[in-house]
Amino acid sequence: MLNLISAVAAAGGAAAVGPPETHCKTGTKMTDSKYFTTTKKGEIFELKAELNSDKKEKKKEAVKKVIASMTVGKDVSALFPDVVNCMQTDNLELKKLVYLYLMNYAKSQPDMAIMAVNTFVKDCEDPNPLIRALAVRTMGCIRVDKITEYLCEPLRKCLKDEDPYVRKTAAVCVAKLHDINAQLVEDQGFLDTLKDLISDSNPMVVANAVAALSEIAESHPSSNLLDLNPQSINKLLTALNECTEWGQIFILDCLANYMPKDDREAQSICERVTPRLSHANSAVVLSAVKVLMKFMEMLSKDLDYYGTLLKKLAPPLVTLLSAEPELQYVALRNINLIVQKRPEILKHEMKVFFVKYNDPIYVKLEKLDIMIRLASQANIAQVLAELKEYATEVDVDFVRKAVRAIGRCAIKVEQSAERCVSTLLDLIQTKVNYVVQEAIVVIKDIFRKYPNKYESVIATLCENLDSLDEPEARAAMIWIVGEYAERIDNADELLESFLEGFHDESTQVQLQLLTAIVKLFLKKPTETQELVQQVLSLATQDSDNPDLRDRGYIYWRLLSTDPVAAKEVVLAEKPLISEETDLIEPTLLDELICYIGTLASVYHKPPSAFVEGSRGVVHKSLPPRTGSSESAESPDAAPAGVQPSEQPAVIPTQGDLLGDLLNLDLGPPVSGPPIAASSVQMGAVDLLGGGLDSLMGGTGFAAPSTVVPANLGAPLGSGLGDLFDLTGGVGTLSGSYVAPKSVWLPAMKAKGLEISGTFSRQVGSISMDLLLTNKALQVMSDFAIQFNRNSFGLAPAAPLQVHTPLAPNQSVEISLPLNTVGSVMKMDPLNNLQVAVKNNIDVFYFSTLYPLHILFVEDGKMERQMFLATWKDIPNENEAQFQIKECPLSADAVSNKLQGSNIFTIAKRNVEGQDMLYQSLKLTNGIWVLAELRIQPGNSSFTLSLKCRAPEVSQHIYQAYETILKN
Amino acid sequence: MIHSLFLINCSGDIFLEKHWKSVVSQSVCDYFFEAQEKAVDVENVPPVISTPHHYLISIYRDKIFFVSVIQTEVPPLFVIEFLHRVADTFQDYFGECSETAIKDNVVIVYELLEEMLDNGFPLATESNILKELIKPPTILRSVVNSITGSSNVGETLPTGQLSNIPWRRAGVKYTNNEAYFDVIEEIDAIIDKSGSTVFAEIQGVIDSCIKLSGMPDLSLSFMNPRLLDDVSFHPCIRFKRWESERVLSFIPPDGNFRLISYRVSSQNLVAIPVYVKHMISFKENSSSGRFDVTIGPKQNMGKTVEGVVMTVHMPKAVLNMNLTASQGSYTFDPVTKVLTWDVGKITPQKLPNLKGIVNLQSGAPKPEENPSLNIQFKIQQLAISGLKVNRLDMYGEKYKPFKGVKYLTKAGKFQVRT
Repeated sequence: MLNLISAVAAAGGAAAVGPPETHCKTGTKMTDSKYFTTTKKGEIFELKAELNSDKKEKKKEAVKKVIASMTVGKDVSALFPDVVNCMQTDNLELKKLVYLYLMNYAKSQPDMAIMAVNTFVKDCEDPNPLIRALAVRTMGCIRVDKITEYLCEPLRKCLKDEDPYVRKTAAVCVAKLHDINAQLVEDQGFLDTLKDLISDSNPMVVANAVAALSEIAESHPSSNLLDLNPQSINKLLTALNECTEWGQIFILDCLANYMPKDDREAQSICERVTPRLSHANSAVVLSAVKVLMKFMEMLSKDLDYYGTLLKKLAPPLVTLLSAEPELQYVALRNINLIVQKRPEILKHEMKVFFVKYNDPIYVKLEKLDIMIRLASQANIAQVLAELKEYATEVDVDFVRKAVRAIGRCAIKVEQSAERCVSTLLDLIQTKVNYVVQEAIVVIKDIFRKYPNKYESVIATLCENLDSLDEPEARAAMIWIVGEYAERIDNADELLESFLEGFHDESTQVQLQLLTAIVKLFLKKPTETQELVQQVLSLATQDSDNPDLRDRGYIYWRLLSTDPVAAKEVVLAEKPLISEETDLIEPTLLDELICYIGTLASVYHKPPSAFVEGSRGVVHKSLPPRTGSSESAESPDAAPAGVQPSEQPAVIPTQGDLLGDLLNLDLGPPVSGPPIAASSVQMGAVDLLGGGLDSLMGGTGFAAPSTVVPANLGAPLGSGLGDLFDLTGGVGTLSGSYVAPKSVWLPAMKAKGLEISGTFSRQVGSISMDLLLTNKALQVMSDFAIQFNRNSFGLAPAAPLQVHTPLAPNQSVEISLPLNTVGSVMKMDPLNNLQVAVKNNIDVFYFSTLYPLHILFVEDGKMERQMFLATWKDIPNENEAQFQIKECPLSADAVSNKLQGSNIFTIAKRNVEGQDMLYQSLKLTNGIWVLAELRIQPGNSSFTLSLKCRAPEVSQHIYQAYETILKN
Repeated sequence: MIHSLFLINCSGDIFLEKHWKSVVSQSVCDYFFEAQEKAVDVENVPPVISTPHHYLISIYRDKIFFVSVIQTEVPPLFVIEFLHRVADTFQDYFGECSETAIKDNVVIVYELLEEMLDNGFPLATESNILKELIKPPTILRSVVNSITGSSNVGETLPTGQLSNIPWRRAGVKYTNNEAYFDVIEEIDAIIDKSGSTVFAEIQGVIDSCIKLSGMPDLSLSFMNPRLLDDVSFHPCIRFKRWESERVLSFIPPDGNFRLISYRVSSQNLVAIPVYVKHMISFKENSSSGRFDVTIGPKQNMGKTVEGVVMTVHMPKAVLNMNLTASQGSYTFDPVTKVLTWDVGKITPQKLPNLKGIVNLQSGAPKPEENPSLNIQFKIQQLAISGLKVNRLDMYGEKYKPFKGVKYLTKAGKFQVRT
């Protein structure tokens, strides 16, 4: 062998012409490959001889060697006929080994594989059930079409075999066959046989049938394979107790897809599933948690059982955290979801999430996230002490996240803000570069949450200006300087120092710098004129970034036309940021709860978003809650933990605050939208309603990012009046009052499309009743509608359905159902709704005001005691008083009329000849409004006092009262 | 379900692959290697990795990565549990789960994997059943096999796979019937700088070794079952009986198995058996520091604390350490910066102490982080939670078995912050 190598190397060397390096390379390469093939040939040759040996023992050893080579990835397919020849043996081990070989290579040698069929068919008739099962199992693994045809008959027999071991193996084989040839399985009726196996007497057969059906169903989402009913559920629950741990997982996952018919059934299933929480296998535990979390949704919160169940869920979840780190990771990702959905389960278990220094980093980061979610006033001291400890660890990523977490605590738990700020200052004193930068980013967020409270720390921050080299930290610092320019003596110097390297900064920093300098100019106009001119020209003339240019031009135009307006816009009071910026959106959260324990729960995305194999996944949703326990969820009664619903008073900081009307591309996305920047973009929206057209015309500058509703502000003035002043509407007493339609979008503004409409609420559903009229000369089609984010998350619940194209001079009436699960953004006025309608001609925008009473929900009746307590609880400054004039109605008539619109009278009193009505109502987002209505006999004006935790709604509630009472 | 499995060693060689459905090319592991490179430390490789067409779910055990390939939505815990079960089985069969052991027994490994999973569905994972199907390799058996020509594959249907008690095979026979229980408790704790307990809990298990003939039905009762409120059971335990009477009633598997695992969390219940006095400081602008640690016993119920070992990950800037140990011996690895002090037994009369000088890299800034001290210890004949077995009764068989209970307390993740 050695001789051969050197000979070839020499030959290669002699033949090669060219520089020595090249010849060396080709030389070795040739010999290597030569060497490799020769050994292989030799080895295979030897094996071939051994395989055909007469001696049983030698044969077996040879097959073993073949399998060994196969295992490490060597190609031994050339031995196929010789190995298959060994198949007809009564030695079980040899048979198994040959089967192993067949499974691996049959695909590459389909013609040869046919030779094996006869043996398989014969083995399926063997008296030993082990052999029957082995044969049917192996046959299913041979993915050759020709063989599958022969498989059908043996498989049919095995599915009805007397031995359960064979039946359970055959059940899995159906799934294998379905993967190879789905049509064949359906034609042969195997699916029905499989469904019958769900009622098998043996629990393992049931479990495998469920597993096989689930796998088949995944590739056939439409087929109703797992048709569950109370009887089959009962069978599954019985099998659950007796089958193996893996079988339990299949059954539990299948149970989770069932929708119990009422809360009693849900409870009885829960009762039978809870023992699984004590299983040693963590996958069983998590699947059981999924079933319980899902069915719990149907149980009334008043039930004793509900509380028991909550208590039972905590220990198994905690136990998962003492398992291997990989298991912990998956468990933590799921706990993250569970904590968001039902914070009460783990609220006392904060300590188990404390980080150990030798946890893998992926476990550390998840634990940290959950710690923040569980942080509350009760445990904040402990949490902060831990976070401070983590901030001195070695791992940079972890330290950064810990610093950020301190900021999130400050925003989440108001009482802790002061302590958090001082902890952050301590950390800044360490002068560790990345700690300082993170700290500054989070302090900016704290300023946005608690303005005018912690500004004394600015001096300390400014000391660290020079060490900031990350864009996010620089942008945050610049925002702080701009925002508090009037309190920083040398703000202009500081900003000027940043301006020197303007073009080298990232866009984030450039945008921030532009805004900050404009703010500075508006606050100290005399000293900074030069600076602002410099930055405006840098931004508009020397920049290639359209975003930056746009903003530059807007400021420029604004400053030059109307400095007063500029001040109002740029220095407008900023909305507070929300306490939880990274909560998963409630609808997505509900969907993910249905996927606990799956990959979806690890990625926090619905499977439709990422699983390739699932073709058209059916969306899962939590069952609707039964029983009238809603009141327990009102913001007043909810525990001081995480507020699941977003309050309208608070603006989500995530994402782009510019409306995403019909997916118009409003400027290139800013990577990692800075919170501060978005506040400025808000300002931009307000602006655009006004003088944008002239701006565009004036500069001859049209960027796609400035296409914005031109008439955004126009109907605002008229809309409200029209809506409420029109009389003659038929306010049906059964549903709430519906105003007559008014014109929202005049034809001349929308290329011939006229839209008029109104809002209504009937039996709990809100709809927008539209009348579309085509006043153009061409046919209109392809209608679509979209709403901008709004204060109460109103969004179309269905697409706008205009079935036939709208011919000229034709009208169509449409009732568009609405829901309140859309994105929330506070609008001004509060009940402003910006709408975009699209047809084949163009996209049109208009805005309208909706009467608030369409948002009054049916269960807005408060308990008397609750009413009293809440009335006292709400501070007096939140009380608002209004006069309702000229309303000649008696107290009872008033009460009846209001009840029709879901304003409920809780008590009526007569005090000194005046009728006092105490009323409550609840908005779709859970805000309660309490009212006291004073009616004096003989006097037709009423006095209305409103109390609410969100006082900004009062004005609109009053308008709603007036509208309802006067119609 | 599980599509394929790759076993990868620390140097990144794929030394075994097994496919349960179609063959997936080895190149899919490139995504894993990428993640491994990013993670730097082998322990930090994320367990779930997504690739354009597959998901890779992996565990790291005994210096081997078990990487499974997934194509459809599947519960990741299911996969991870299964992979751990595979590793456990190798351990059980070959005495160790190492690359060499696996390579030496590659055919048995292959047979095992084939038996454990069918088309990605778990088939037989109970060690009892597997051992009936595939005999573990022993020197004696391989000699016998070569003489008689018999094989290491069982000829009969494993009885346990079908019965309602899949964990036990029929016809077990012993001349000496014995049942032993080990109550082992691990204390997980974080102790802060000042010596107060930030977090502590006890992770307990009862491991059993049961060699009883026939079909014995056992019940095990405790003096203080109220301690056990968060328990995970072996499938053999009758849950209803536990719920109503707080008695563990079961037909045991044959051989070694974990009967229950439990957690005692309530802080006041957790006694901390050792305390540590420490002084670790680094001087500003000087390339040295001081190190002084003393370990002493505390709340150890009169039992001796032994097998004490302290490990510390020193900061990167530490070059070497010059220490004197009053007891035991210490080593410092200048590459990994790990200080290990093997203390041995603690005698209250003379407390073990380790002190001396830490040499830092010259010119390097004073280390910011404070190293945590990781303590290991053992206390024989004590379950620190106070759990005590009351009695063991056997029904269903006539013979009288030997019975025994042993208690052991050890440190789990026991960390002292400095």
